[in-house]
Amino acid sequence: MSKEVKKEKSMVIQKEMIANLFKELSNARETGKKVVYTFVPGNISELILSFDMLPVYPEINALQSGMRKKSGGFILDAEKTGHSEDVCTYVKCDVGMLLNGNIGPTGEKIPNPDLLLLSYTGCFTFMKWFETLKRLYPGVEVAMLHTPYQEGGKITPEMTEYMVKQLKEEVIPKMEKVSGKKYDEEKLKSLLKNTSKTEETILKIFETTKNRPSPIDAYFAGVYYIGPINSGFRGTADAVSYYEELLKEILERVDNGLGPITPEGEMEHERFRLVVEGPPNWTHFREFWKLFYDMGAVIVASSYTKVGGVYDLGFRVDPEQPLESLSKYCMNCYTNLNLEQRVDLLSKHIQDYQADGFLVNSIKSCNSFSAGQLMIMNQLESRLEIPVGFIESDLVDPRYFSYSNIKNRLESFFQMLEQRKIILSR
Amino acid sequence: METLKELIKYCEDVAFDLNFTKAKEWKIQDKSRVLVGFMPIYFPREIVHAANGLAVGILGGGDKKQIFKGDAYYQSYICHMPRGIVELALDKHFEEFDGFIFPSICDVIRNLSGMFRLFKLGRFIKYLDFPQNFQSHIGGTYYQHELQSILDYIYEINGVEITAERLNNSISLFNKNRELTNKIYEIRQSFPWRMTAADLYNVVRAGYVMPVEEHNIILDRIISYLNEDIGNPLDKIRVLVIGAFCEQPPLGLIRTIEMAGCYIVEDDFLLGARWIQGNVDTRTDKPLETLCNTYLSQSTFSSSVYDADNPKENRLLKQFSDRKADGIIFAAPSFCDPALLDHPILQKACNDNNIRYISFLFSENTGQFKVIKEQVGTFSDSIKLWEV
Ligand code: SF4
Ligand code: SF4
Repeated sequence: MSKEVKKEKSMVIQKEMIANLFKELSNARETGKKVVYTFVPGNISELILSFDMLPVYPEINALQSGMRKKSGGFILDAEKTGHSEDVCTYVKCDVGMLLNGNIGPTGEKIPNPDLLLLSYTGCFTFMKWFETLKRLYPGVEVAMLHTPYQEGGKITPEMTEYMVKQLKEEVIPKMEKVSGKKYDEEKLKSLLKNTSKTEETILKIFETTKNRPSPIDAYFAGVYYIGPINSGFRGTADAVSYYEELLKEILERVDNGLGPITPEGEMEHERFRLVVEGPPNWTHFREFWKLFYDMGAVIVASSYTKVGGVYDLGFRVDPEQPLESLSKYCMNCYTNLNLEQRVDLLSKHIQDYQADGFLVNSIKSCNSFSAGQLMIMNQLESRLEIPVGFIESDLVDPRYFSYSNIKNRLESFFQMLEQRKIILSR
Repeated sequence: METLKELIKYCEDVAFDLNFTKAKEWKIQDKSRVLVGFMPIYFPREIVHAANGLAVGILGGGDKKQIFKGDAYYQSYICHMPRGIVELALDKHFEEFDGFIFPSICDVIRNLSGMFRLFKLGRFIKYLDFPQNFQSHIGGTYYQHELQSILDYIYEINGVEITAERLNNSISLFNKNRELTNKIYEIRQSFPWRMTAADLYNVVRAGYVMPVEEHNIILDRIISYLNEDIGNPLDKIRVLVIGAFCEQPPLGLIRTIEMAGCYIVEDDFLLGARWIQGNVDTRTDKPLETLCNTYLSQSTFSSSVYDADNPKENRLLKQFSDRKADGIIFAAPSFCDPALLDHPILQKACNDNNIRYISFLFSENTGQFKVIKEQVGTFSDSIKLWEV
């Protein structure tokens, strides 16, 4: 029988926040609130909230469907309507969910969008996804915000200028039209002040993994921690207090020398510290996590927790420069960094968090992450001379989760780590 | 003067020379010349031409390059083309290239630009982020900066100053190139038996790896042959082949479609060569700006361009009727997200308009066409029977 998951106060707060958002969404038609569908990487929730609109994130719905074991059916339904087996399963899961009445994770119907805000930071599939949604919701306004890629490893003034112009002349006018409200810069600034506090706290949270034992798992638990900022709470006072509470709890764990809380209970003996690249699998999330728990492996840093923003390299929003800040925020998301920057960031994490190994979870669906991952592995292995491991799965397509395959590969990887430890200790 | 057959053979040899001998020979004739490789789909080659350079299309290894090293860099569920490109790079096929352009079409190409950086290939790597905003003062201005940065890289190498006159001259050569290419498509529209689609493919592809001046001469000669009453019409259906705009189908696949009873009267194989619809104005004193604005307003439709106000399905339907086609073949590379995510949209339009279509996947090194031949043959037979 599986153990009861120990609930910390922050978990309860998060659950309530999300439940309230879905409640608000299900009442949106009655309350007259407008609904904006948008994406996690480069999500400009503050701007949406400044117009009193409610955000919906199709990716979050997809991952929730994966966790609730509904994605397999949704994907098949989408494939029956002509979607290829070869493409991103988030898109198919979302289309399938729509075909099945768009019932969200809390069992309530998610309202149709009033605006499709197409910001496609770091992934082209987002653009294709919204081209599909545009046809499934004919007549709905679409605002495109094109985020230039950090191809040269930096953000140039021209890139920022391009984004600010799009915000001013494309996104904001559409939001004004849909919401019936004027753009209120002061309101946006005050939301961004909350964001800036949140960013600082999030960074502190993820830096606690420098401790031994690490008080948190920065991948499996990390995806819960980034939940609020990635699902519409960036810029809210709720997010500020949630993250403060979370940090407080984690620091208490540090003071008490405790390891991470997992669904299997507290991890008592930290054997391996890893940095992981790539999204997790959602359909078998708990089993997946348990494989690491059983081996005493803790993830001390992961790239996936940075899809909705990278704060490790010093970037913070500046409330006094609201549109520039939103633009730079979008351009700074993990998959919008070029491969050299990603290698540098991962290498910094491996060193800063004293990882014993580096692991790639390669996702069949996601070219944005996967194309280039083997190169990243290769670079880190030769640069840092650390063991690297590789497993494959998918985000929400249960057909591509092979428990025994992953287990075998992980076992060999952990053996390698063990041997290296022995050698180093000599 | 060469015969049509000789011209086509010459084009095929040049097009599939993975050592890019023609381009490299061109370069060594003058120290200020540069070679700039570009990946699919479209790149405004005019600007490199004006800077005394040759923009060379890099389209993968096709079925002519065995992959050993490339596979070590890509998981099985990523399309084939980047493996071929990595293989060519690691086998030093791009030795004399000065720079590489990666147009923004998908995440695979985008991350390939990072791999080239990490491999430290060439003297510059540019991921060319085409604007998805189509207003001249927003997307257009940004696009101009993008192109200017490429010109700056080349200037650092060869010091060639671009004047309005130089750029206008280059633009007019490429206008001519597109006009001539389109002319062949027009002739084939009425007389598809005068030149096979595979031969046309070779001719257009050769233009990716040779100076435009020489290619224009070849196209001109070919047109004069095609204006003659050559070949015999066969009982074939007329099809559009859509979806192969990036990773290229092997020649064998194009031939198979034709042998299975189809005239390919429109395709998106080498779409970059015909990307701009109509001409770019060559009379302005701000040719870079003009080139950018033309991109914004005169581009063809493609899976990599956001189709805000001009839905791609409508444009496909128009192409279908303009070409008087009987059916559509959706042929996309395996694992190609952009092409495959468009299929449900385009196929719905076909269903709504009673247009018959089939679809299959290929990869640039596909060697067996038996199944495809049967599928296309059945498709063509069913259309012929339907017409009776
Ligand atoms: S390809 Fe990856 S980043 Fe893009 S939508 Fe799919 S899962 Fe998300
Ligand atoms: S074939 Fe498709 S997925 Fe592959 S590089 Fe080209 S556009 Fe991208």
